[in-house]
Amino acid sequence: MLDDIDRRILRHYQADPSLSATELAERCRITSGVCWRRIEKMQAAGIIQGQEAVIDWAALGFAVEVSLRVTLDKTQPRAFDDFIGAARKVPEVIEIQTFLGRVDVRLSVIARDMAHYQQLYRDRILTLPHIADIEALMHIARLKRDEVLPV
Amino acid sequence: MTELDEIDRKLLRALAQDATQSAGALGRRFGLSQPATWRRIRRLEEAGVIKGRRLRLNAEALGFGVTVFLGVKLARKGRVSLEDFERAVSAIPEVQTVEHVLGLYDYRLRVVARDLADFERVLRRRIMTLPGAGEVEANVLLSEERLPGPIG
Repeated sequence: MLDDIDRRILRHYQADPSLSATELAERCRITSGVCWRRIEKMQAAGIIQGQEAVIDWAALGFAVEVSLRVTLDKTQPRAFDDFIGAARKVPEVIEIQTFLGRVDVRLSVIARDMAHYQQLYRDRILTLPHIADIEALMHIARLKRDEVLPV
Repeated sequence: MTELDEIDRKLLRALAQDATQSAGALGRRFGLSQPATWRRIRRLEEAGVIKGRRLRLNAEALGFGVTVFLGVKLARKGRVSLEDFERAVSAIPEVQTVEHVLGLYDYRLRVVARDLADFERVLRRRIMTLPGAGEVEANVLLSEERLPGPIG
């Protein structure tokens, strides 16, 4: 299991993943050797899975982001598989989540502007299979988005 | 707005999967020199296309077994300032993302917890007590996939 040093490393590392091992060790007040070994151990254990670049779609001209909450027609045995399989083929869908609750599936869809969104919604989203109901939430602002785990 | 060419798109896609790849390794893969690759990555960062990096951790291995998305409606709109709600909700460590949305709900929150009992504690003690919090809808996350998006 993790001890306080591991947790301290994860806290600082999550806050700034671009830190070098030396800088990270400094912030954690441990030697860089210890820091390296701990990180390697957590990578081997599958706790640290990797690092990804976060893309700002707005900077690429995708100004609109919509969260579509979909209820599926569950009388269709393949509703989930068919729907998700088809949604993956829409390039503007950047996230697919499935839920236990009132909502079955949620899609994050990006578009250049409202006209583009409307066209996507009509031609690519409403044509996805087995939709029983669909609700849209339009993103206005992201106030916290670090997705940091409170270790 | 930044225009991307084919190589930029490939680089962006590769870095979104694994941001630890060196400019040298990426350059070899896409037929560019190390300095040319480095300059392109630098340009993407400076233009804000690459907003930063995120560490991918295995939440379950760290003891966070449940992720719940909450739709929150503010109760007395107008009387409570949005800033007060936003500041208070963003300060809760278990709340990972806060999105202001337009539609059925006012805010969408991503909340992690150790298990459902722990989630209930966070919901009752920390979220329901927020200034202005009204109706709340919870959906437990079962699966999640991130897709490369419209970059080729």
